[in-house]
Amino acid sequence: MTDLFTTASGHLRARHRAEWRFRWLGRLAIVFSLGFLLIMLFSITSLGKGALSRAEIQLSIDLSAASSLEDVNFQKAVRSALFATFPEVTDRSDKRALLKLLSSDSGYELARMVEENPALLGQETTLWFTASDDIDMYEKGAIDANLPENRRRLKDTTLGWVRTLESRNALRSVFNTAFFTSGDSREPELAGIFSALVGSILSLIVCFALSFPLGIMAALSLEEFSKKSRWSDFIEVNINNLAAVPSIVFGLLGMAIILNVFGLPRSSPLVGGMVLALMTLPTIIIASRAALRSVPPSIREAALGMGATRVQTTFHHVLPLAMPGMLTGAIVGMARALGETAPLIMIGMVAFIVDVPQGFTDAATSLPVQIFLWADSPERAFLEKTSAAILVLLGLLIVMNIAAVVLRKKFERRY
Amino acid sequence: MTKTLTAIAVLALTTGAAAAQERISIVGSSTVFPFSTTVAEHFGKATEFATPVVESTGSGGGLRLFCAGVGADTPDITNASRRIKASEVAGCAENGVTDITEVKIGYDGIVLANSVEAAQFDLSLRDIFLALAANVPDGNGGTMPNPYTTWAEVNPALPATKIEVMGPPPTSGTRDAFAELAMEGGCKTFDWISELKGEDKSAYKELCHTLREDGAYVEAGENDNLIVQKLAANPDALGIFGYSFLEQNADLVQGSIVNGVAPEFEAIAAGDYPVSRSLYVYVKNAHVGEVPGIAEFVAEFTNEETWGEFGYLAEKGLIPMGEAEMAQFAEDAANLTPLLLD
Repeated sequence: MTDLFTTASGHLRARHRAEWRFRWLGRLAIVFSLGFLLIMLFSITSLGKGALSRAEIQLSIDLSAASSLEDVNFQKAVRSALFATFPEVTDRSDKRALLKLLSSDSGYELARMVEENPALLGQETTLWFTASDDIDMYEKGAIDANLPENRRRLKDTTLGWVRTLESRNALRSVFNTAFFTSGDSREPELAGIFSALVGSILSLIVCFALSFPLGIMAALSLEEFSKKSRWSDFIEVNINNLAAVPSIVFGLLGMAIILNVFGLPRSSPLVGGMVLALMTLPTIIIASRAALRSVPPSIREAALGMGATRVQTTFHHVLPLAMPGMLTGAIVGMARALGETAPLIMIGMVAFIVDVPQGFTDAATSLPVQIFLWADSPERAFLEKTSAAILVLLGLLIVMNIAAVVLRKKFERRY
Repeated sequence: MTKTLTAIAVLALTTGAAAAQERISIVGSSTVFPFSTTVAEHFGKATEFATPVVESTGSGGGLRLFCAGVGADTPDITNASRRIKASEVAGCAENGVTDITEVKIGYDGIVLANSVEAAQFDLSLRDIFLALAANVPDGNGGTMPNPYTTWAEVNPALPATKIEVMGPPPTSGTRDAFAELAMEGGCKTFDWISELKGEDKSAYKELCHTLREDGAYVEAGENDNLIVQKLAANPDALGIFGYSFLEQNADLVQGSIVNGVAPEFEAIAAGDYPVSRSLYVYVKNAHVGEVPGIAEFVAEFTNEETWGEFGYLAEKGLIPMGEAEMAQFAEDAANLTPLLLD
């Protein structure tokens, strides 16, 4: 009797220990994955925060001789203002090096400022101009002035000028709005995310407009209207397989059919959206079927019992109840499409696009492609742009996922 | 809901089509990509024309698209980090692309670099070949699988560190150029291999171009920034990449001396540095006049301010040609002189 009791309590202790171990293993797993997520976010944020600011140089621009926009050679005006700031620089090659303090865009920058504010014409004013990426990197501490001269991007003379500017308070750091409002550029100080963002959004609109209705119709027909047969099993297996096909295959399909047979414009968000729609369609169908299946049969039976037709039952009762699940599936599928680059290579969206796309048939690129292109650029300053672009992409994904949760919460009905 | 969505889509499509502009479409080499995009951006800003769209498809992929035919849905210009092949010219002609203008835009040096923490390498092409080839001469007129594990075994003057070289995968044009210039250059310093070229060209190529696959040569992907990062972290390794990445990362990596010449701007421009290749742009003459701005774009590219010694492309790492060569190609480009392969 006592023997039995001691063995039983011994067993109990072992079982409790096993329980305890299992719980802690689970917690450890969560801590690990959260830890990795935090490390990733931390490293990206610490790299990417640099992209939010940029260096500017103050110059005294003399436009007193000009009365209209056509009178001014803006490039020359900026150049002579810079030379006037450093009158001691006379050597031709030194002057060349001096010009590299400023972004190559500074002439256009002045032109834009004057266009916005014509009052600048006919007077002498001090204005701020975007500095070149090397100066910007130096200001952010990415260039070490203590290295020997031949190993750093900024030579001693340039560093001397930068220090002079600093001592005159003619060098400042401002919020980099251009990063969010302009398109891609080969000059890191000018490069922005906007054209890629618009391209991504346009592609997603096309993707949603095509895949959501099609996906729902397919799911409805399979789940509500078709009889279970060998034929429907065959279709079901195919759809499940399609969901697992590598995305580059859809790109190849897009190139072969959408570009070559239909002749739609290359590099356009229309074609990109169509390819992404092909890719998300299986995901949406599967999610929508699961949502339809979770609607209790009693609802259908009640509606049919009241004399509603199949179509009425489906559209008045079943579909509204299944909608939150379908939307969630669609948004998750779209979030995956947002991060895709592979299918876009084939249809020409992996491209350098400066202008913001004006419509669905205009050339465009997408956020992940922009990240890829920047990561591959030699200029050091693109490193922070890459990280900042990743943050923008992550932000968009978070917004989409929150939208999925909110929609589900809002429309969900419990019975 | 579906109805409104379709309506929006249709509306957006029609307005989008109206807004779409005719713009120059450029495809091709990822090595030329940084240069042609820079020109495209300048061109877009300085002229009334829309900024050209530049795709990075690789030299071979670009030429395939370029040669697919004449018409609005084919590219107008392709970039290549090697010269167009006779077979590609023939393929082009089959599809109706007969007149192509070849514009050589400059040179790109391929560097072998290591971390600044380690000593600079002083290599000969023969050292590079012996260290990286799959099969090397065994000294008796035959070949053997590469037995060398350290640089000192290849050449006693080199350090006794493990041979570990990170470079691009076979799909890369940089890899092709490296095999052709560095590997083959070192390979043919052996007299009997040099003679083999006349007898059995494919065996010669096989021997000279094949890189070892036993872990000494590490395929590090197409991303040169990644190679630079890995070199900075591992002072014993060497990496193969384009000159522009060396120029941008001089605080992290240093280029090895090859055949007594360091990979510096002047040395590559003068043709003294042995591992440098020409970069090309090919223009489809049939599209000039059809797509607005092509002639102007080529003019921008071949402008002294662009591809000259002090032009903005030199700043991006392109090594300019000599004066005479530059003048010749600028003239050919301006006249759209069709390419003739000899």
